[in-house]
Amino acid sequence: MQVSRYWRMNAQRYMMANGGVATAEKEEEKTFTFSGRGTIYSYSTVYDAPAGFEAYKPYVVGLIKLDEGPMVTAQITDIDAKEVEIGMPVEMVTRKLRTEGDEGVIVYGYKFRPSVVV
Amino acid sequence: MTAFQRKNDLMKPDKPVGIVGYGAYVPRYRIPASEISRMWTGGEGGVPIKEKAVNGLDEDVVTMSIEASRNALDRAQIDPQDIRAVWVGSESHPYAVKPTSTMVAEAIGAVPNTQAADWEFACKAGTEAMQAAMGFVGSGMARYALSVGMDTAQGRPGDALEYTAAAGGAAVLVGPGEESAVQIHGSYSMVTDTPDFWRRAHAEYPSHGDRFTGEPAYFKHILGAAQYLMEAMGRTAADYQWAVFHQPNAKFPMRAAKQLGFTNEQIEPGLLSPRIGNTYSGSCMIGLTAILDVAQPGDRILMVSYGSGAGSDAFDLEVTEKINDIRDRATTTEAYISRRSEIDYATYTRFRDKLKM
Repeated sequence: MQVSRYWRMNAQRYMMANGGVATAEKEEEKTFTFSGRGTIYSYSTVYDAPAGFEAYKPYVVGLIKLDEGPMVTAQITDIDAKEVEIGMPVEMVTRKLRTEGDEGVIVYGYKFRPSVVV
Repeated sequence: MTAFQRKNDLMKPDKPVGIVGYGAYVPRYRIPASEISRMWTGGEGGVPIKEKAVNGLDEDVVTMSIEASRNALDRAQIDPQDIRAVWVGSESHPYAVKPTSTMVAEAIGAVPNTQAADWEFACKAGTEAMQAAMGFVGSGMARYALSVGMDTAQGRPGDALEYTAAAGGAAVLVGPGEESAVQIHGSYSMVTDTPDFWRRAHAEYPSHGDRFTGEPAYFKHILGAAQYLMEAMGRTAADYQWAVFHQPNAKFPMRAAKQLGFTNEQIEPGLLSPRIGNTYSGSCMIGLTAILDVAQPGDRILMVSYGSGAGSDAFDLEVTEKINDIRDRATTTEAYISRRSEIDYATYTRFRDKLKM
C-alpha cells in the first residue's frame, strides 16, 4: 500500500485542479481548475475489470472532451451502460474509485455523469 | 414547559449570522417500501413511506458531502479559501478514524487554512455543526463556516428501520448576517440521556427501542425544543410560513407539527421522507433546502432536528431578499429527488454491501 501515491494526486483527482505551486520563478504554475463540464467523445463498457475495480463491474469508461479543450479518460457514473451516448453532456463528480481491501485507504477521484438540470 | 426548567437562555451570537449558501444531495437510486415489504412480510401490512434514496456503489458520505458543499458554494459564490471551518455531521462516516471533513475541505478547495472536524450525534450531527458555525461566525472567529449533515444510513435486513434508512443530506454555509439569504435569529437545544436508538462500535446495524422511540424520545425533544424556542422568540406557529422537523418516517413529523399548531401546508414543501426516506443527519437540513427553493423574502421558518440518544436543535430562521439571487445558481433539491432510478431488493443488497462474497 503506497498512500503517498494517491495523496500526491489529491488536487487532480478530487477537483481536476493542477497541484502546481506558484513561485517567483514559476509564476505560470498557478493552480488551474477545470470547470468539470464536457461531452462524451467515446466510451466502452468494462465487463472484465482490472484488479481493485471488480466491485463496480460492469462500468462505463469514457473519453470526455472537456469544455476547455483537453480530453480525459474517466468512468461514467449514475447511468446504465445502454443509456450512454456519444455527444452526451456530462459533468464532473468526485466519487469512490476503489478501496485498498477492507482495511486500506479509500481512493476518491473524478468521474463524469449526465448533467443534472439546475 | 413545566418539564424543563428554564435556566439557559436562547443561543444567539453577538453579531448577526445567517445562511449565505445551501446545497442538497440525493443519490439517484430508489427502493420502494413495497419492494422491502415484498421481501419480508409477503407484501402484507402498511409501509411508513413510499420509497427511500439509496447511494450508488461509488458513493459514500464523503462524495455526497462534496457535492452538497459544492452546491452551497455555487450559491454563495465566495472564495472557498475564506472558509474557516468544514464540519460534517454523520453516523455513516466511511472511516472509523480519518476525518471525512478533511477530504471534503480538500475537494472544495478550502485547505489548508481551515478548521475541520467530523460530528456525531445520531441524526442531529449536522444541526449541531450549524450551531457551532453560528458561534464561529457570530464571534468573529470565522467569516464563513460550512456545516454538512449527510448519511448513508444503515438498516438491518428485515428490521422496521430498513424501510426508511436512506442516503442524502445537505450543506449549509454560515456567514455574516448582512450577506445572508436566510437570517438565523436564534437557536435552542435540548438533550437528555434517552436510550431509544444506538449502534455499538464495530456493529454493522443499529438497534432501537421499538415503540420507545416515539413519546419519550422523538416527541419529547422535538416538541420541547420547538416550544421553548418559539416562546423565547415570542412567536407562535402562525408566525412562521414554513416548518421542518426531523423525518424518521412521514407520520412523526406530521404529528409533531399538528401538536405545535402547524398546518399541513406549512410543512408540505420540507416533508421529503415519503419520497427519499430518513436521511438521518441530513433529514431536516435537506428539508430546509427544499423550503428555501420555494420560499419568499420575509418568510419565517422553524427548523427542529432530532438525534437519538437524545436531543433536538431548534432554529428560528427568516428568508431575506438575497434568496432570489442565490437560489438558481445550483441544482434544486426537487431536481435531485426527481432524478430517480428504481432498484429491486437484489440490487439494493449489492449497492449497500449486504452481499458477502
